[in-house]
Amino acid sequence: MAVNRMFRTCPTTGLKFHQPADALIRWNAVVGVVALLVGGILALLVTLTRWQTVHLLAPDAFYMVLTGHGLNMLVFWIIFFEIAVLYFAGSTLLNCRLAAPRWAWAGFWLMVIGWLMNNYAVFVRQDSSVMFTAYAPMGAHWTFYLGLILFAVGALIGCFVFFATLAVGKSERTYNGSVPLVTFGALTAAIIAVFTIASGAIILIPTFLWSIGMVPTIDSLMYRHIFWAFGHSSQQINVSAHVAVWYAGAAILFGAKPMSEKVSRTAFLLYILFITIASAHHLLADPGLTSKWKILNTSYAFYLAVLASMVHGLTVPGAIEVAQRQKGFNKGLFEWLRKAPWGNPVFSSIFISIIGFGFLGGISGVILGTEQLNLIMHNTFYVPGHFHATVVLGTTMAFMGITYFLIPVLFRREMAFPGVAKWQPYVFGLGMTVFSLFMMGAGTLGVPRRHWDVAFSGNPLGFEFPRHRVADDRTDGDRRCARGRGRCDVPAGHRLLGVPRQEDRDARLPARAGARWRRAGADRFGGRIAHRDRRRGHARLVRLGHVRPGDRVPGGLRAVLLHQLEVPVHRLAAEVTLRKRRQPRAQRHPHASGDLAREGGGQVPRERSSADGNGSTTQEMRRWQASPKPHLPGPAPGGPPIGRSPRLRRWSGCSSCASGSSSGSPPSPGSR
Amino acid sequence: MAEKNQPLAYEEIPEEPEPFMQQLLDNPWMLLFLGVVVPTVLYLIWGVMEIVSVPIAP
Ligand code: HEM
Ligand SMILES: [Cu+2]
Repeated sequence: MAVNRMFRTCPTTGLKFHQPADALIRWNAVVGVVALLVGGILALLVTLTRWQTVHLLAPDAFYMVLTGHGLNMLVFWIIFFEIAVLYFAGSTLLNCRLAAPRWAWAGFWLMVIGWLMNNYAVFVRQDSSVMFTAYAPMGAHWTFYLGLILFAVGALIGCFVFFATLAVGKSERTYNGSVPLVTFGALTAAIIAVFTIASGAIILIPTFLWSIGMVPTIDSLMYRHIFWAFGHSSQQINVSAHVAVWYAGAAILFGAKPMSEKVSRTAFLLYILFITIASAHHLLADPGLTSKWKILNTSYAFYLAVLASMVHGLTVPGAIEVAQRQKGFNKGLFEWLRKAPWGNPVFSSIFISIIGFGFLGGISGVILGTEQLNLIMHNTFYVPGHFHATVVLGTTMAFMGITYFLIPVLFRREMAFPGVAKWQPYVFGLGMTVFSLFMMGAGTLGVPRRHWDVAFSGNPLGFEFPRHRVADDRTDGDRRCARGRGRCDVPAGHRLLGVPRQEDRDARLPARAGARWRRAGADRFGGRIAHRDRRRGHARLVRLGHVRPGDRVPGGLRAVLLHQLEVPVHRLAAEVTLRKRRQPRAQRHPHASGDLAREGGGQVPRERSSADGNGSTTQEMRRWQASPKPHLPGPAPGGPPIGRSPRLRRWSGCSSCASGSSSGSPPSPGSR
Repeated sequence: MAEKNQPLAYEEIPEEPEPFMQQLLDNPWMLLFLGVVVPTVLYLIWGVMEIVSVPIAP
């Protein structure tokens, strides 16, 4: 078969496009942008549901839409566009014909079929709301998995077309020796893609067979482990691809040359070697894998990859600076930056991408990838906060920028609405920055990800956020204030943004930053804030006979009781309630800032005394469990009044300071 | 060899072997091999070994 050697030269840029490559780049990019549009509409629905005041969708619809959002964005939009980037970097930048265009088209159509099939499973069949992670044993319809598999196979074909193009270019001598840096970045992405897609096949094919009944079970830990070799590594394809786009942007806009090819390429090599194994950060909270495996694969490897990202994040602006200074923008430290084309969406998108990815995405990624911190924030809203900073602010923004460049080049058209195009990167970038930051904030306060209802209404088990949580539900906030204190002095703005009141801040002065983090973890198990479901939880306890109707049970204890409904704790509750009545309020709740403010106290002793620490509490509980308990309804005649013993102070104390109440003396064995 | 302060004429530059790193970075197949093997060993195989060594509950 004759090889198509038709090239077209772009009149404005001088780039030479091989005809099939030209068409393939356009089609892949356009389908990608359609997926982005679909995903964007779904994003709106997701966000309007998670915004508690609006709470748009019903739970079923929410999880369905969230599944579609994750897949259309993270998988379909990004990978379609990346295939376009590969063909551009392989063929156009090397002046080389695209190898095997038929294979490339076959891959493209497989991807399209896979994309449609997967969306069919999610939105038409509506029985596959398993999120993009699709953790087994949660099962979706077989078309869901088959769609993903077809898509992955198509993308794999695309990668090999790219590799073959490099080989063709070498043998036809369209480049000598080293490929250009942008192509090298694309090569990095393609290499990571091969590992990624192979891992995807390893896990998705058995899962597909399981969905049609040919495989009996899928081990859930094994699924998670191998899935993330696919799910996370694909994010690293994004990173490599968007870094390549950064370099391309610097070259296109400023004619900038990389500051050091050696350093930049070595940084890409670090990606190739180490970035994929950082997938292990998704399993940091899983049992069954050792810390050795976790730490080597995350911290050690991850830091090398992070080093590489920092190199790129500095050399790209550095290269721009050099190019600008050569043009004479030499005044002061920053004239080169001030005189950059801020009105050009190609530049502004890429610049926002560099800053956003580096500062927000990168830093939060290092935080989440640290085993000890991950345990606090795993599966909270912090996680989507982090990856929207990387994958939206970083990757999507960069791809948007290069799209602004490619539209005139590929379609030979003027950009419509140039004024809108000028603003779009700023609006999108600013929005995403704020959005990511606040998701992270909510996450540190314990707001879970993937949850239809932050308030957990209807749950048997009450869930209470720390007091300065993101109180996005205004009425809830009002009711809470009215109930708790008989007055409402939280300014609306504070309530909305979750800013602690001044008194709260004062109360926390001695123990600011570190303690806040700790508390974010501890508080999940019962902070002090009443919420909408407090009554329901209480009613359930009463119904089950654990508490008498009139008793007031402290929040933390209620959670414990509800957790352990099978444990006979009736008397414990009664006694604790008694004790609480006897204790002055300020002692019970050292953090009750209202009281503190009244007493002029700001200094809250927060240190754990050794006897009051965790270990001893467990022992206390054991001892208590072992002791004779002539309980069951009614006061025990002769038995020791359990609740009066200081050893139970832990349970009666303010549970949002995990160290227990600060009043009284530390419990000693045998004390009453 | 030419004197220190006299630049070499083009033909006189001795053929240096390509540095190792450059050879590596210019070899996409080698990079592909490394990029697949390293995570396969460190992440996949090691991880699977650890998971299968966890006893299954009866
Ligand atoms: C355009 C603006 C966007 C908005 C407003 C938005 C909003 C959201 C929200 C609120 C969630 C959290 C859902 C939850 O955990 O309950 C979410 C999840 C997610 N978003 Fe976005 N998103 C946007 C763009 C993107 C883009 C461009 C990508 C990928 C390239 C993306 C990928 C994801 C993924 C993978 C999830 C997780 C889904 C899951 O947990 O299964 N988003 N998005
Ligand atoms: Cu990840």
